Amino acid sequence: MDTFKAEAERLVTDPAIGYDQKVRRLAGLAVSALPYPSLSPLCAEALDARVICDMFEGNRPITPRYVLPDYAKALRNGVRYLELEPPTTLDDALSFLTILYTQVPSVTTYPVYLGDLDALLEPFVPADLPDVELDAKLRRFWIQLDRLLPDAFVHANVGPSDSRVVRSIWRVERSLRQVVPNLTLKVTPDTPDDLIEDAVRTVFVTGKPHFVNHPMMVADHGTDYAVVSCYNSLKTRGGAHSLVRLNLLEAVRRHVGGVDAFVTEALPHWVELTAELGEARIRSLVEDQKFFETNFLATEGLIDLDRFSLMFGIFGLAECVNELMVRDGQSDARYGHDAAANEVAWRLTRRIAELVAERPLPYCGGGGGFAYLHSQSGIDLDLDTTAGTRLPIGDEPGMLEHISTVAPHHALFPAGISDIFHVEETVQNNPRAMVDVIRGALEVGMRDFTFNLDSNEFIRITGYLVRKSDLIGIEEHGARHSSDYLAATAEVNHTVTTRAVKRVMAAELSAGA
Amino acid sequence: MAELVEASGLITDFIEFSAVDGPGNRFVVFTQGCNLDCVACHNPYTINPCIDCGDCVVSCPSGALSLDIAGKVLWDADTCTGGDTCIDVCEYDSTPKARTLAVADVLTRLRPAAPFLSGVTVSGGEATQQAGFVRALFAAIKADPKLSRLTCFVDSNGDTDSGDWDNLADVMDAAMIDLKCLDDVIHRRITGSSNARVLDSIRLLASRRQLYEVRLLLLAGVNDADDLLAETGRWLASVDPRMRVKVIGYRHHGVRPSPIPLREPSAEQRAHYAEIVRAQGDFEIVVV
Repeated sequence: MDTFKAEAERLVTDPAIGYDQKVRRLAGLAVSALPYPSLSPLCAEALDARVICDMFEGNRPITPRYVLPDYAKALRNGVRYLELEPPTTLDDALSFLTILYTQVPSVTTYPVYLGDLDALLEPFVPADLPDVELDAKLRRFWIQLDRLLPDAFVHANVGPSDSRVVRSIWRVERSLRQVVPNLTLKVTPDTPDDLIEDAVRTVFVTGKPHFVNHPMMVADHGTDYAVVSCYNSLKTRGGAHSLVRLNLLEAVRRHVGGVDAFVTEALPHWVELTAELGEARIRSLVEDQKFFETNFLATEGLIDLDRFSLMFGIFGLAECVNELMVRDGQSDARYGHDAAANEVAWRLTRRIAELVAERPLPYCGGGGGFAYLHSQSGIDLDLDTTAGTRLPIGDEPGMLEHISTVAPHHALFPAGISDIFHVEETVQNNPRAMVDVIRGALEVGMRDFTFNLDSNEFIRITGYLVRKSDLIGIEEHGARHSSDYLAATAEVNHTVTTRAVKRVMAAELSAGA
Repeated sequence: MAELVEASGLITDFIEFSAVDGPGNRFVVFTQGCNLDCVACHNPYTINPCIDCGDCVVSCPSGALSLDIAGKVLWDADTCTGGDTCIDVCEYDSTPKARTLAVADVLTRLRPAAPFLSGVTVSGGEATQQAGFVRALFAAIKADPKLSRLTCFVDSNGDTDSGDWDNLADVMDAAMIDLKCLDDVIHRRITGSSNARVLDSIRLLASRRQLYEVRLLLLAGVNDADDLLAETGRWLASVDPRMRVKVIGYRHHGVRPSPIPLREPSAEQRAHYAEIVRAQGDFEIVVV
């Protein structure tokens, strides 16, 4: 209790934290003062040692981590809880959605999903509305989103078809250059080249959108899915209760022996403990806090418990593989550069996918009673591990070899896996070249990826977006977007005790936030 | 088909993904050997075939080079650390790393990249110096169901006989031609040869709709006079007023010491060049 009071005292008096962030952090502090859901001694010990991790969601979840409301249904039927009638005009629809967003919970306290905005809004766009007026309306909407929902994990989806709304969104994106909202373009072989090229031109300016493999997603989730937060793919009218993750480097450090023993002995042990942690958190949310019995999104049918599941994350695959290769006497064999090391990497993810698919979990109807595997892209605390299944930054081979190394993992991770490719600025003269790379990457089985242009003002750190200019002086002056803060810490391995006043959050929290 | 894939060429290197060698993302094959000797050449080590003098063998810091019993220089790609000391010490504008490869070898390299490409570009060196190989490579690509959607481009200095273009006509989608200078005196000064065949090539390819673009590599103070550029623009417009023209400012990177002083044009100068050319036709102009 003394620690609790001391931390609360420190938060309320800290001059470098703004009002909103004080409220959020005090709430987080209170939740973490409650007892953790009951865990076995082995599981508790693994959590303490951070071999497994709950992403600092708090001891007692009061919301699912990611909630993906059925916005189309809300627009069709209205929302009783908010006394909102179904809108009939574009202005009313934008206003309706803006209001609804403020009531959509998630681990970040902001909505992580704003809807498939082209499909939602296109029916409200009158044929005789000129482009310039459409742009003006969406521009106002976009500015509202960035100022009302200042979190880089706020995510909208568009595509896979062409429409006036998606074209307008690209224009507005390029003119505003905001961090919020994050964007994903769903791509199929039928998506017009010209639409993808327009998106590529937008990447050159804002670092958005991500490109996702729509047919692969539909095969895993059905047509009603979306990419939310930091490239997490989940069912709409559903979501994820929680994200638990396994640190493969820590797992290998606690293991004696090489690849074979790791696969047969260590992995089943750690996968079971990770699943146990997830199960405890799910039962707490559903059975103790009774979220799905009380929240209006559930009671009005905008979300459905049967479309939720647990996200089972892994990270540090690169370091795990490289260590196992050393133990098997192949110290020169590095993931991404050696065929044998790549084979081991693929063997590990296949085995983990099998183990996850053999471990039933309660309230996980979205995954058919099992967790979804997720390649977790990392947080600012991950100092010695590489995001998910990616290749270590700076140790990537050429783009073609890079893609062929990571692509075989992608089909195994329905809840999301992504990569960031670095491209030279000369490609700006030839956006069609990026369209070719996108087509090829999807054809060889990549699920989700984006590009960092070497000269771009916007950069992605592990997945979320920041403006380089916002990183300058962040320590002294604070930041408007809290994702900038996370990025700065991820970038310079900054101590997490540093605080900064900022307007825009990246409330996928680091340990101290 | 068998004779196609067995045809061989002297290949300097490949780039699997290039965004600067034609439309879209392209697989680029660099052929060794060029018939011009340009002062502004960015990769002069591609000009001549290796004469097996062995100078580079003793200089290689990683031991990747050796002489075989016949006195030929051998390069071991696995041992090579890519420092390019061999190229730095070569006094014959060559490289020990060029290899004689069959079309089939090139296709083996090409296949994994194919899903990511708009096409293939053969560059150099000078691609038309090995026109038979280029023809065989393009024909093999066109004949392969998994590759036939790829467009086949040649990046050329244009200094070749019309017969080479005739031979390529049915397998090549388009060519990109460098026009080093419209003034033949200056052209001889900076390339060592006349531009007569270059101009013929541009006219011929344009008439066949096989000209993708003409590149103007402009060296400040050498081939960038306003009236010369205006005349160049007028001549290009007389060939095709809607031509795609790439205005390229000379850059020092990779260039040998030159008897003619070479200066890089500024961004403002490059924009000025583009303005002059643009005024002469309805060109699609790219400035780099």
